[in-house]
Amino acid sequence: MTAISIKNIKKSYGSLQALAGVSLEIEQGEFFGLLGPNGAGKTTLITSMAGLCKPDSGSIAVMGFDVQKDFRIARRQLGVVPQELVFDPFFTVRETLRFQSGYFGLRKNDDWIDEIMANLDLTNKADSNMRALSGGMKRRVLVAQALVHRPPVIVLDEPTAGVDVELRQSLWQFVSRLNKAGHTIVLTTHYLEEAESLCGRIAMLKQGRLVALDTTANLLAKHRPAGAPIRVLGDDGAADLEAVFVKIMAEANHA
Amino acid sequence: MHNFSDKVITPLDQLPAAQIQSGFLTLLHKEVKRFYKVAFQTVGAPVLTAVLYLLIFGHILENSPKIYGYGYSAFLIPGLVMMSVLQNSFANTSSSIIQSKITGNLVFVLLAPLSHIEFFCAYVGAAMIRGLAVGIGVFLVTMGFASVPFEAFVWIIVFATLASALLSAMGLVAGMWADKFDQLAAAQNFVITPLTMLSGVFYSIHSLPPFWQKVSHFNPFFYMIDGFRFGFFGQSDVSPWQSFAVLAFAFVGVTMVCLKLLKSGYKLRY
Repeated sequence: MTAISIKNIKKSYGSLQALAGVSLEIEQGEFFGLLGPNGAGKTTLITSMAGLCKPDSGSIAVMGFDVQKDFRIARRQLGVVPQELVFDPFFTVRETLRFQSGYFGLRKNDDWIDEIMANLDLTNKADSNMRALSGGMKRRVLVAQALVHRPPVIVLDEPTAGVDVELRQSLWQFVSRLNKAGHTIVLTTHYLEEAESLCGRIAMLKQGRLVALDTTANLLAKHRPAGAPIRVLGDDGAADLEAVFVKIMAEANHA
Repeated sequence: MHNFSDKVITPLDQLPAAQIQSGFLTLLHKEVKRFYKVAFQTVGAPVLTAVLYLLIFGHILENSPKIYGYGYSAFLIPGLVMMSVLQNSFANTSSSIIQSKITGNLVFVLLAPLSHIEFFCAYVGAAMIRGLAVGIGVFLVTMGFASVPFEAFVWIIVFATLASALLSAMGLVAGMWADKFDQLAAAQNFVITPLTMLSGVFYSIHSLPPFWQKVSHFNPFFYMIDGFRFGFFGQSDVSPWQSFAVLAFAFVGVTMVCLKLLKSGYKLRY
């Protein structure tokens, strides 16, 4: 089954064309990477999926539900971890998660909230005000908020930007487990070694256009720059994908 | 880290329907809790301000001619109550929306499966609760200073509720429109406060020159104060039905504008 179906999405902000007709499909259970330089349109595409932005044309369906017409069901299918460290300073961690759960119609959800907090090592911060948390802890709460309504599709918008190594590793272990449990994961990141080791398939955007879409293995095989050493994927965490990314972006400039 | 249980793969829409409810009540609860957590500032401070007005103006003008057959302090109390209701209803929606917009946490509400009507009802409902709580607080504290009759209690409830709803909806529009705190402060200081102060809180418009009496009739806030005061004294500058009609018309108009803006995602969904 298709988890996310994106059909010819176009979006402009004044004279700036953020998305110039992007189409792609993400299958259920995939760990999918969405890569591109700053301003490529990644966040616009994610916010369009989440209904935070209204595309000028085209359509997006999450688990078969149109994000505009069937917004209630579509939004229940999606958990989004935003790029910015945003929080409501009035509330504690537990209150934040209870409210988020309630917005999605689950008002007696404490067992699940406790389980998420335990998995994200937030239990001993449950009664702390959001203002009192470190940046890493706030990031964990953002992940917890995205999971509180048990969405089958999880979107992570640059979740490890400015995050220390320990949290980054624990976050990836956790997200990988969610993926193995059947969740579809969509990830945007500028850390290409993360995308290389985690994502089964990758799309690359440049100036609002899709310039590459393939499995990670195929991208590495087909676009490896001439003379680049051949390494086994993931054997040393080296950023082979980085060379491929640079090559594809350079080719897109000449296209 | 712990191991996730099997629940992780149970999507929300596969849960029994009885477990999935509207998010409206939670958003209402959150908005009420937001001002309740700082009640000293959001409820206590406006009550103190109103009491200070009563102490100062009541003391200075207590020997002025009676209005509707009552002393100035008694005349002033309903006006102060309504002024507090109006200003705090407006402040609650407008400040909540702009704070959430500027800090970015509005995204959590926008990601949720809430319709624009649920969004409107939750924000307006919470603002009405704050406005009316402040109004009741002002009344309870000021009633010790003068005896005020209750000639038409139903009108008191009708005008307090309707005026609070109208200002809450106006605050929601202002909060959506404003991009910065100073824009919102300008709306509050240069529109809401003057219209409130010049609506007859501190005087009967019959004490004004004929020209300013006519001008006052173009101020919608005048009808809120005048109708509300009718509920206490059984007397007013214009018929309570006329005031009710003006308010109802204004409320329907502002609500329609507000719902249209929310549905279009005006300054919320780009």
